[in-house]
Amino acid sequence: MYKLLLAWRYLRTRYIALASIISVTLGVGTLIVVNSVMAGFAREMHVRLHGILADIVLEGHGMDGFANPAWHIAEIRKVVGDDLQGVTAAVHVPAMINMNVRGQWLTRQVNLIGVDEATYAEVSDFRQYLLHPENQKKLSFSLREGGYGTKDHALPPSGWQYRRLRVSYERDYDQQQRLMAAAMNPGGTADKGQEPGVGSQQSGALSAPAASETPLATGPSAIPQDPFAAQNPTEVFDPAKEQFTGIILGIAIGSVRQRDGEGKVQDFFLTRPGDDVRVTFPSAGTPPKAISDLFTVVDFYESKMSEYDSGFAFVPLRKLQEMRGMIDPQTGIDAVTTIQLRLKPGADLNAVKAKLQARFPAEEFPYRIQTWRDMQGPLLAAVQMETTLLNILLFLIIAVAGFGILATFFMIVVEKTKDIGVLKALGAPSADVMSIFLSYGFSLGLVGSGVGLVGGLLFVAYINQIAQLIEFITGHEVFDPTVYYFQQIPTIVEPQTVIGVAIGATLIAVLASVLPALRAARLHPVEALRYE
Amino acid sequence: MSKLAALVDEPRVQSSKFKVQSSSATLNLEPRTLNLPSAPVLSATDLEKSYRKGKNIVPVLRGVDFAVQPGEFVAIVGQSGSGKSTLLHLLGTLDAPDAGEVHFCDQRIDNLPARQRDVLRNQKFGMIFQFYHLLPELSTLENVLIPAMIRLGVFSYWRQKREQAARAKELLEMVGLGHRLTHQPRELSGGEMQRAAIARALIAQPQLLLADEPTGNLDQKTGQEILTILRSLNRDQGLTIVMVTHDLSIARQADRIVKLVEGVVERG
Repeated sequence: MYKLLLAWRYLRTRYIALASIISVTLGVGTLIVVNSVMAGFAREMHVRLHGILADIVLEGHGMDGFANPAWHIAEIRKVVGDDLQGVTAAVHVPAMINMNVRGQWLTRQVNLIGVDEATYAEVSDFRQYLLHPENQKKLSFSLREGGYGTKDHALPPSGWQYRRLRVSYERDYDQQQRLMAAAMNPGGTADKGQEPGVGSQQSGALSAPAASETPLATGPSAIPQDPFAAQNPTEVFDPAKEQFTGIILGIAIGSVRQRDGEGKVQDFFLTRPGDDVRVTFPSAGTPPKAISDLFTVVDFYESKMSEYDSGFAFVPLRKLQEMRGMIDPQTGIDAVTTIQLRLKPGADLNAVKAKLQARFPAEEFPYRIQTWRDMQGPLLAAVQMETTLLNILLFLIIAVAGFGILATFFMIVVEKTKDIGVLKALGAPSADVMSIFLSYGFSLGLVGSGVGLVGGLLFVAYINQIAQLIEFITGHEVFDPTVYYFQQIPTIVEPQTVIGVAIGATLIAVLASVLPALRAARLHPVEALRYE
Repeated sequence: MSKLAALVDEPRVQSSKFKVQSSSATLNLEPRTLNLPSAPVLSATDLEKSYRKGKNIVPVLRGVDFAVQPGEFVAIVGQSGSGKSTLLHLLGTLDAPDAGEVHFCDQRIDNLPARQRDVLRNQKFGMIFQFYHLLPELSTLENVLIPAMIRLGVFSYWRQKREQAARAKELLEMVGLGHRLTHQPRELSGGEMQRAAIARALIAQPQLLLADEPTGNLDQKTGQEILTILRSLNRDQGLTIVMVTHDLSIARQADRIVKLVEGVVERG
């Protein structure tokens, strides 16, 4: 009884000891915050990494792929059975995209992916990252009239509306170029009064692709005046009314995220739905030949994984197969480079992978079978390793705090020498004296980690507000949305981590009090009473 | 080498010399022992104790024989350094003698295991000290209750909390501190602290009260008040008291005076 009473009184009267456990408090708080934020990041990464990847991928070794995906899919259905939710075939090929940006051709290197419109949505969350609401419901490679952009991410005017305006502008510009050329030509009959007007129109047209609002205001009236539409009604391709094959670009391919003069984050679009881009990729067969064609950008997707958003472009599978010569002209059997599977929730990825590997042994079939975790292993492992390292470092901080407690406790034992002598003279066994200081250490640890726990959880709960506050005070952005595509700092509080941290910190406080408690227990009562 | 041998030999020579003297002291006591009807409640035979100070071994007690009869109030007097406090510590089993025996109610207690000595100190002996030694974190009442808390476990104390608290209050009222129950020791005067210490020593209803210079730190008047309390405890409740003091005027109020000179009993 007196043990608890004394431990409690010491706790309430020894402020120096409370000061010594502030480091425990800080350590516990920091550990909780770090773990929550890391767990939040890890989950976001999982979701995003997985978002565009199927659960299991059969990936061909070469770019020519393997033949007869239909047979494979049938076999896979047999092997996997009920666990299978969706399966699709795709072609992956490295490619180069050329975009006309303000009169210059800009080249981007991408992974061109041919996807089956009907089945691709079954194997990945790809569809929900598209920026047109209709495309999110049903994937389509045809350009929409307008309405691009989601509530998270607004786009400048895009779609057919924009395309018509752009085309009419380009035609105006061409016409004026022609007129100017005619005026310069000595044989031509040029109207001299028109020249200044041509000059000003020309400069406006040059900047037209960048400034979209200007053509919107003047555009519609320009269409009927289109000279080519009137003169050549039999033209094969009219960009104002037709589109090339659709292509969906990652948002980071078609835009650059930057800060404007006021420091606000803004997207600058290099191209947008309605523009045409030139895509160049190798054909199948040896030696590969470069194939180049125009595609119309029909949508962007934003998975918020910069690796995907800056590296992937999607086109219709059939079209890509045709262009690359992946369809046998005689038999009509096609070839693909990957087959992707999505399993039902809760299915065992590795078990299914093992079954598939048994059915399609690597010795006989020219592809490897991987789960999405295998494919993103290094990235996931890196996050895991960072978390582990941070945990070790922070626990070392708490261990350092433990030595602070040790020193403080020795001081307190020395200070309490006489009291210890009295207790022993009154018949307190050494074990009791020891347990007074152990329970004191335990309660200190409990207070320290308890305060740290509450503080850490509060910090996590209000982390975005705190980030804003720090931003406001220092003027520096804590969480830069141009680095991560998150609007807010993601956090997850894992109860087992929080409890583990609190128990660990309390344990360290108890361990630190063992030596001083032993010393107190071993004090000789006579010498303790005589101590001045 | 010879110097070292001398150092080692010296205490042995001295102790054997004093053994002879102390046995004569025992003889002196004999008639008195015979006069009393009952056996001594506490007795020490041939106690020796020395302390080590650096390389030197300093003998403090050199063969002390001493006995206390039930109901007796004995004062041990002597110069500072005569070993009177050490004797009290040995009697109270706070320390173990180098040689000799301590008996309590016909049972040898100086060689008991530590746990049993703890129980003995807690339940059979009450102790008061020159510097009171109250625990500064606790109130007067809690200080008095400490021996009871040590004796009883958490749960049995919790069950008897009221009775124990009532008894502690009763004792505090008896020593005249009924109005100071919740005060911290630092708010009490020296005399009040010593009175609280007496109440603490009595809570376990001990058979024997060991007092180490109970008035040593108090002025004449307050010291006399403390002594009056001890006297009345001895007279009214028959409590056996062994008191160590260097103040002869205090010692004279005891039933009997034992004088320690250089580690041996000079005259009872």
